[in-house]
Amino acid sequence: MARTAQRLGALAATLGIAALAAAPAWAQKKYDPGVTDTEIKIGNIMPYSGPASAYALIAKTQKAYFDKVNAEGGINGRKVNFISYDDGYSPPKTVEQARKLVESDEVLFIFQPLGTASNAAIQKYMNAKKVPQLFVATGATRFGDNPKTSPYTMGWQPNYQSEGRIYAKYILDNKPDSKIAVLFQNDDYGKDLLKGLKDGLGAKASMIVAEAGYEVSEPTVDSQMVKLQSSGADVFVNVATPKFAAQAIRKAGDLGWKPMHIVNNVSNSAGSVMKPAGLENAKGVLSTAYLKDATDPTWKDDAGMKEWTAFMDKYFPDGDRTSSFTVYGYASAQTLVQVLKQAGDDLTRDNVMKQAANLKNVSLNVLIPGITMNTSPTDFFPIEQMQMQKFDGEKWQLFGPVISGELGG
Amino acid sequence: MTIEHSAEILPSREAAPAREAQPRVRGAAGSAWFGIAVVVALAVAPLFLKNFVTFQLTMALVYAIAILGLNLLTGISGQFSLGHGAFYAVGAYSAAILMESAGLGYAWTLPVAGVVCFVAGFLFGLPALRLEGVYLALATFALAVATPQFLKLGPLEHWTGGVQGVIVTKPDPPFGLPMSQDQWLFYFTLAVGLLLYWAARNLVHSRSGRALLAIRDNPIAARSMGVNTALYKSLAFGVSAAYTGVAGALGAIVVQFVAPDSFTFALSVSLFVGLVVGGVGWLPGALAGGAFVMFIPNLAEHVSKGLSGAVYGVLLILIIYAAPGGVGGLARSLGARFSQPGRRP
Amino acid sequence: MDLLLQQILAGLASGAIYACMALAVVMIYQAIDHLNFAQGEMAMFSTFIAWQLMQWGAPYWVAFGLTLAISFVGGVAIERVVFKPLKDAPVLSHVVVFIALFAILNSVAGFLWDFSVKPFPSPFGSGPFLGSRLIGAHQAGMIGATLVILAFLYVFFRFTRIGLAMRAAAANPESARLVGVRVGWMIALGWGMASAIGAIAGMLIAPVVFLEPNMMLSILLYGFAGAVLGGLNSPAGAVLGGFAVGVVENLAGTYIPVIGGELKLPIALFLIVGVLVVKPNGLFGRVSVQRV
Repeated sequence: MARTAQRLGALAATLGIAALAAAPAWAQKKYDPGVTDTEIKIGNIMPYSGPASAYALIAKTQKAYFDKVNAEGGINGRKVNFISYDDGYSPPKTVEQARKLVESDEVLFIFQPLGTASNAAIQKYMNAKKVPQLFVATGATRFGDNPKTSPYTMGWQPNYQSEGRIYAKYILDNKPDSKIAVLFQNDDYGKDLLKGLKDGLGAKASMIVAEAGYEVSEPTVDSQMVKLQSSGADVFVNVATPKFAAQAIRKAGDLGWKPMHIVNNVSNSAGSVMKPAGLENAKGVLSTAYLKDATDPTWKDDAGMKEWTAFMDKYFPDGDRTSSFTVYGYASAQTLVQVLKQAGDDLTRDNVMKQAANLKNVSLNVLIPGITMNTSPTDFFPIEQMQMQKFDGEKWQLFGPVISGELGG
Repeated sequence: MTIEHSAEILPSREAAPAREAQPRVRGAAGSAWFGIAVVVALAVAPLFLKNFVTFQLTMALVYAIAILGLNLLTGISGQFSLGHGAFYAVGAYSAAILMESAGLGYAWTLPVAGVVCFVAGFLFGLPALRLEGVYLALATFALAVATPQFLKLGPLEHWTGGVQGVIVTKPDPPFGLPMSQDQWLFYFTLAVGLLLYWAARNLVHSRSGRALLAIRDNPIAARSMGVNTALYKSLAFGVSAAYTGVAGALGAIVVQFVAPDSFTFALSVSLFVGLVVGGVGWLPGALAGGAFVMFIPNLAEHVSKGLSGAVYGVLLILIIYAAPGGVGGLARSLGARFSQPGRRP
Repeated sequence: MDLLLQQILAGLASGAIYACMALAVVMIYQAIDHLNFAQGEMAMFSTFIAWQLMQWGAPYWVAFGLTLAISFVGGVAIERVVFKPLKDAPVLSHVVVFIALFAILNSVAGFLWDFSVKPFPSPFGSGPFLGSRLIGAHQAGMIGATLVILAFLYVFFRFTRIGLAMRAAAANPESARLVGVRVGWMIALGWGMASAIGAIAGMLIAPVVFLEPNMMLSILLYGFAGAVLGGLNSPAGAVLGGFAVGVVENLAGTYIPVIGGELKLPIALFLIVGVLVVKPNGLFGRVSVQRV
């Protein structure tokens, strides 16, 4: 048995050397694996099954968007081949699918893999393989705050800590003597945002008088809301995913609790959060935005949103337009197309990262006016600006300036 | 109607062939050769496969070891667990913490994970003794659901990394062996798996194993015959948990990452499905079960992404239709068919 | 003190959710002597059917009635098509088929109606109950509905021929067959009734937790816990168990320091396991005699 293994090992080594010998031949071309004169192969990992399946809408939208790109001639003449796999939101499965994409399908890079734990599971692998883990679909701060140690991992959306800081600043400016209650999802996302809020409050973090976590496996957050209300807080920060955020808004209404209510960006959809929660209960709720909300009448005649609508009509007619994910997928796919256009014919993994880290004042037609994307070799957070908004019982009203939540500032 | 809960979990009509079949299948030289052929095929496979596929095979072996543990519990002692993902998680975290915080070599984390899980399983088995059938199912299922919440508990965050999880370093092959990390881990897992399988077989055929079988088939009679059912049942739980814990430790090393989200109740349910598909009470079935857990979801995804769950469910139902006793049930009936003519003088 | 009262009332409100589901659990247990792990998904699917009917313009009560009928037929069909051919298979194989059904229903619902949350109307309105802010009209209505189903089940199993026959078929199929009970159809009928009760539970729960394919994932576990705590052969016990689970969970979350908030579900579950260790048949279950 041992001897067999040894021989097998030797055989494997021979094969390995053969592969290495072949490598320089690759390097002389301008392409890394996954690219030919007619095609760019892109990987993606999404939870199509399991508890987080709602997010799969993002990848479906991206797929539709690349269909559009291909129908219009592709990027610099190359068609996008978008290969998206299901990880069921389970990190071991993410590792398997990432390896399948990199080693078996040989994609150029993996675009927008979704979920904090899932991305954490493959971060080390992707950087060891030097394959870009580009524009991860999570706001966790760890995917972008360290371009030196993880040069192949880059975020996309505003990170949760920045968002927390923006709320802290708003509270300090407008209600400096308030008592704050926080409802948060007990996972990476909830804790990251809570940390940003505390960091932003700084010395005044003691303003937070009550925190209540919940697990996604709980049916309701009613008990947490009763507890938070009894703390006597007059500011309520709602760090929950759509279903629970809606429950919390409704429960606050039922309890007759009328604090200054800030709901986090993840759950600011007018159609899929405010409406289920009851428009009456949602009146006066504050939030931030960086993408236009398709269910918000404000954008009814907006040119950018009309383009989005036209895209949805033609390429994704079944897509749910009330969900923010269709706008999100559209915007992130546009960002990628921008990067690939910039990369031109030098489609190596290093150049893709270089171009991704070289976005200058890029604006998209579904970003809130005034918000642009910027990156640099030391700044791996493309979108860092948001604007405050208030729900008037029917639609969101943006107000105040575009705020930057850059970390370290 | 609450009579005979344990009997209903493993009805006697299935238990009986299980008991006879083992010696018979073992006796048939054909099945022994078949077993050897499978092991040889596994040992050669990584030479011809991409590292990524080797990695998939390694994970299938890891799940097979976990299912072997579950099989020891359900198939041999008649108890029932929908919560073995919890022990898998404890094993995985033990390995991850020992490697990354204490700097222990990866191979040494396996016995530690086994011992930790043995104790955990034994302690869980003590109260579980009093529960049977659906009650035990609920208790173990509760364990599975609670696991991720324990893992991210605030006071333990220093070691567990809380919601962030722990990243594990992948070991290199020792002694400068000329093979990739994935190949090495595959052979390492295969060796551990064979060792554990050998131990499990010996356990089943030992005095303790026979006591466990007696408990499964008729607890009250076993008790009256002087078998200390309480002790043996708790021990069975402990041994079973230890196997699953070792699998968890291997899984952590292979996947290089542990986080609460890796060990939801879906893992426990998968292990359970693997057990039944492989065949309850038939130890080699664990291999089929592990392959099922690893590869069938991929197949389902390949057929339809939007309806992968439905495809998985339909495949599962078809398998149960075709082989109500799982692969083990098939093997038994085949074994019975082939061995009978051979017996004639 | 005020907080205590509020938490107890909030616990009763969520307890009503669990109690509803626990009744469906007891129903299927009476019919097949086992738990059905796909029951939550069946209830979810029924609720989506009701939602779809309302989207097509059916008034609430029409949709409600139609959904009950469809769910009943669907439950019978599942038993006839899926489980009847497997009646000789080991029980663990049945459990695997439950899991398969779970996967199928969840996946198909997501495929047909996608995963974003949908509001579901309540027949009782959404205002406060009798002017009190502590409990909503819907919650009060749900508790009332639970008690009505309970009364129905009680009468059904105690005083109707068919209810008695069903109990006999589950408890002792051989003897039941000898006295002329068609055991196979009794099981199918039990599936249909459990499915219909599940549909009612789903339609009562959806206004609270919002409708989406994963809405029953955890509620089923709470329903199991409630039913097991109260006693699987006692509908009244199951309802009480459901309420107890809701209240205990809220109190654990509020009053146990440090870990209480993070572990309220595990604490509640382990309390239940503790109760079972002392009283293996649940608080109100009948004690059975075991023969060798």
